[in-house]
Amino acid sequence: MTDSLLTISNLDIALPEGSERTLAVENLSVDLAPGETLCIVGESGSGKSLTARALMGLLPAPHVKVSRGAIDFCGEDLTQVSERRLREIRGSEISMVFQEPMTALNPVMTIGSQIDEIFRFHANMSAQQRRQRAVELLDSVQLPDPKQIVSAYPHELSGGQRQRAMIAMALALEPKILIADEPTTALDVTTQAQILKLISDMQAVHKTGVLFITHDFGVVADIADRVAVMQYGRVVETGTVDKVLNHPEHPYTQALIASVPSLTPRAARTRSDDIAIETEKLHKTFGGGRSFFGLGPPNRVVHAVKDVTVELRRGETLGIVGESGSGKSTLARCMIRLLDSDSGKIMIDGTNLRTLERAQMRPWRSKIQMVFQDPFASLNPRIKVGQIIAQGPMIQGASREEAEARTRELLGIVGLDERAFNRYPHEFSGGQRQRIGIARALALNPEILVADEPVSALDVSIQAQILKLLDEIRERMNLSMLFITHDLRVAAQVCDRLAVMRYGEIVETGATSDIFDEPQHSYTRDLLAAVPGQNWDRQTTV
Amino acid sequence: MTDFWKRFSRNRSAVFGLAILLLVVFIAAIASLIYPEDPFRLAGKPMSEPGANGFLLGSDSLGRDVASGIAHGAKTSLLIGLIATLAAVFIGVIFGALAGYYGGRTDDILMRITEVFQTIPSFVFAILLVAIMKPSIDSIVVAITVVSWPGVARLVRGEFLALKNREFVQACHTLGMSDRRIMLAEILPNCLSPIIVIGSLMVATAILIESGLAFLGLGDPNIMSWGFQIGAGRTMLRSAWWICTFPGIAILITVLAINLVGEGLNDALNPRLRERN
Repeated sequence: MTDSLLTISNLDIALPEGSERTLAVENLSVDLAPGETLCIVGESGSGKSLTARALMGLLPAPHVKVSRGAIDFCGEDLTQVSERRLREIRGSEISMVFQEPMTALNPVMTIGSQIDEIFRFHANMSAQQRRQRAVELLDSVQLPDPKQIVSAYPHELSGGQRQRAMIAMALALEPKILIADEPTTALDVTTQAQILKLISDMQAVHKTGVLFITHDFGVVADIADRVAVMQYGRVVETGTVDKVLNHPEHPYTQALIASVPSLTPRAARTRSDDIAIETEKLHKTFGGGRSFFGLGPPNRVVHAVKDVTVELRRGETLGIVGESGSGKSTLARCMIRLLDSDSGKIMIDGTNLRTLERAQMRPWRSKIQMVFQDPFASLNPRIKVGQIIAQGPMIQGASREEAEARTRELLGIVGLDERAFNRYPHEFSGGQRQRIGIARALALNPEILVADEPVSALDVSIQAQILKLLDEIRERMNLSMLFITHDLRVAAQVCDRLAVMRYGEIVETGATSDIFDEPQHSYTRDLLAAVPGQNWDRQTTV
Repeated sequence: MTDFWKRFSRNRSAVFGLAILLLVVFIAAIASLIYPEDPFRLAGKPMSEPGANGFLLGSDSLGRDVASGIAHGAKTSLLIGLIATLAAVFIGVIFGALAGYYGGRTDDILMRITEVFQTIPSFVFAILLVAIMKPSIDSIVVAITVVSWPGVARLVRGEFLALKNREFVQACHTLGMSDRRIMLAEILPNCLSPIIVIGSLMVATAILIESGLAFLGLGDPNIMSWGFQIGAGRTMLRSAWWICTFPGIAILITVLAINLVGEGLNDALNPRLRERN
């Protein structure tokens, strides 16, 4: 490895005293060659992001610091160099792309002036040359109309465009190493595919070494040359992408890969004739009001859900898939009457729920319940878990004893210890909290469960457990489920049928296997084509 | 609770403030024991210096005991500060909660009302109110309440706006919980920390307003207060410095102590803010 760009040897990163573990990263040794892509994969808390920050000298000092080891970058040890030299290296020789482009860009500066700053600091160029170069750069990352984007502010660009601009900035000085910390996690799958392609194109041109940090094995399969798998701050396995993904040796890697949902849809079950819930031409718009007693200018009207007609049969799981902004969450919230829709019908057992008043709606509440996306925001931090679950039955008229007995039973069903009853939500991990959320939804013995991205905030191994739990519960209680997700892998494993949404409209519905095998609508085809790691999937399933 | 105390006591100055505050409370509590006589009573030779004629902190132009006045005044100041703050927090929470939770037209109406109160300079408004209602302990409490609730309303509204769209609140809606219960049992406990912090600081402001009113002669004429003492002694500041000075020091250290405690509460209740320094 004489030609390696970067060699990290025996790196330890110490956490402040009193943390869960003393070392965030322990004895880490990896290297990176020019033109190579090294993926660091791991679940949250594995120390992968801190490793990236250590390379940039961006550890949150003074609490977290490198306590041992060396980072050798072309003969210089980055743990030893002066702050001044580190500043020179950052941006010009090693640069970084962050997860959330909106927070990584300065909102009050134009894209052009942010690129300009890099040149002003690192290169000796005239103002005109700098501007010329900025436009070229934006052009090279395939942004439309770069001349206009130079003078645009970050909020005027879409998420994908912002990430392109970030990459343009990161590559401005042709660095030797690009560190990408989950650069596509906040993006939609079609945008993600474009960004990944962009990164590998740029890499081919500039011979950049890319250190790519991700939790997504599909992405790894698509872009990595070599992979390092991290767990609790240690690298448990390294090797070529083929070796790690297809012949993993360490049990942790094996477990992680086994948890990745397959793209092959589950076998469809026989469809019941009973309809659990259906909507007919449901319509929902946002905005259109006027501020200050109706005197201000009218707001822009957004049609979030446009004349949507869906039906959910008894015992079936209907997946609503789509990218962000497609209106899938709004549709779910309208159906459960968290939002009032403008027109159309929501029918359960021959009753139109859409027009019911709040008080009239109350008895129907127990029929349809919801599991939320964010396990940290969906539980009241000030209320004990037992109370959170027992509340529902008590509102619906059960006595305290009944409700508490039911709660203890439910804690068992969702796989939690009965002692959870008297504890507060913050004492539980994300996956456990999601179990509590599920128990709360089940407490009213619902017939229909609406799950709004219930696993998208969870690590892949926890995700597999929660999906399994949902499946068990569905069988056990004969639930009909409306499953909202952006992740087609998850949808393939959970849903009997799919409805694909775009711009508030359903563009295609059908049995999951039909949609995966023969997508009819061009948008569905785009979505399916953009799912990362498809080639890898085909290999493993053959 | 022990955890809370641990975080509070990390801020040394807050503990110091709490100690002073407890001392003031203690003096107020035992005022009638150490000075059983009416503080307005003419106790001896007028204009005695501190230490002379049996006056610990001197006497004023009519021979009233300054020390006795301070002890009894402590009771007045703390009581008015506390009651006015409680009343202001009560009104502010109701306004803020309704405005933040329901939004739209309700929010517009309630916040425009709040703004009417906020646009009038608070001390001038308090003077006006007391002058109209005749000076008495009740009118002072009312005046201080009226000028201090808008801040609480603004704060609570902001908290409710942020919390009402959280998923745990939506989950309560899907359970069919009533609005009142969602507001009181679900959202309110989550914004208690900032309310406690702003409340503790409001006590200090209320004491200052009360002293200011009493200084201007708008205090309750039958109740001894620090502001009244300063007002009574101000014409003799050069010949008898002690009449104004000691009540002034009492106000200073009480307000300082309450502010320190408030800051300590802020650190202890919002631990994430603290980690930034």
